[in-house]
Amino acid sequence: MKIRLATVWLGGCAGCHMSFLDLDEFLIELAEAVDLVYSPVVDVKDYPENVDLCLIEGAVCNEDNLEILHKIRARTKTLVAFGDCAVTGNVPAMRNQFGIDNAENVLQRAYIESAQNHPAVPKGDGIVPPLLERVRPVHEMVYVEYFLPGCPPSASRIKSLVAQLLSGHAPKLEGEQLKFG
Amino acid sequence: MAAKTLTIDGKLISAEEGATVLQTATEAGIKIPTLCHLAGVYDVGACRLCIVEITGVAKLLPACTTKVAEGMEIQTNSERLRKYRRLILELLFAERNHVCAVCVSNGHCELQTLAYSQGMEHVRYDYTFPKWGVDTTHRLFGMDHNRCVLCTRCVRVCWHIEGAGTKNVAGRGGKSKIITDLNQAWGDSVSCTECGKCVMACPTGALFQKGSTVGEMEHDRDKLEFITTAREKKQWVAAD
Repeated sequence: MKIRLATVWLGGCAGCHMSFLDLDEFLIELAEAVDLVYSPVVDVKDYPENVDLCLIEGAVCNEDNLEILHKIRARTKTLVAFGDCAVTGNVPAMRNQFGIDNAENVLQRAYIESAQNHPAVPKGDGIVPPLLERVRPVHEMVYVEYFLPGCPPSASRIKSLVAQLLSGHAPKLEGEQLKFG
Repeated sequence: MAAKTLTIDGKLISAEEGATVLQTATEAGIKIPTLCHLAGVYDVGACRLCIVEITGVAKLLPACTTKVAEGMEIQTNSERLRKYRRLILELLFAERNHVCAVCVSNGHCELQTLAYSQGMEHVRYDYTFPKWGVDTTHRLFGMDHNRCVLCTRCVRVCWHIEGAGTKNVAGRGGKSKIITDLNQAWGDSVSCTECGKCVMACPTGALFQKGSTVGEMEHDRDKLEFITTAREKKQWVAAD
């Protein structure tokens, strides 16, 4: 049976997914070994049940991120924090330094103070998810099995980790395979 | 001077009396991870990364400030030490805002290199995200407190190599901070000679040359060793 693979994009820049697409011909090998059941590059709206492996890009920034993360954990065997935002919070988490009302302050700065026309903070129940008080790395919210840091992790490091996981081994990050930033 | 005989990782070694465990191990080709240690200035045992196990001593001791003694049995790389070293590194990362992706020292950072060497692929402690500032008032250099690990290398080179005494430590514990003169803006300092030794000594991107962007700041330690050699041996030669 094929491995049911998902990739998820939380609060990040999509750079990790770009790096994933950089896997070139390994993507063809991968397509033979897995069913990609959920991903920003797949048109599936709801996170499915019984997922074997999920790569999570991005930090947990808003209520939408948090909700889907809990769903992912409940429905997935193995989670990989994929890239620096997922592993450390990285750039999205820099707003945490501005204290307890940082979410309000960054919205003010971005949408009011910096706006040239029609300054307004975007609102819409069920459409625009409210920001969490603090941005968190994925493992501070749910249990994560493995970590692949890097901003973004290079295609070769993604390949190494995914190949180890597909062959049923616990991936080891050593030497060149381990890199932040 | 009298010689002391001891073992490091089972290897029989003879060391000079008064030498530190770190010096002795280094001379014997045994590598102990260090962070606050800097060739050319005295050691303070601030970071605890060079901790070693000594048979009969319950505490782990820093190799950089522990003197050798006759018959010492030293372990430098046990499971227990590796566990504590990783823990120390994780606490350092959690204590301030180390964002490698946007750091001037990304790829040339001793903290980063140490994290890799200890297999730190994530930090198990909640990040504290403290609010620290960046001092860019100096015309040549900047200080980003977010990236500071309080190793005090900058303070030691400033006082003991340059002799200016511009850099100091203020505060206690995690709230400690590297300050300039009497906690003034660096640009207003009257004692700073603009020599840049502190910038060269810094293991992370906390001290940097203005104008460097991500990954551009490389610290040149050889310059410090050069000056120390000049002072001690009265010779202007590169350190070997």
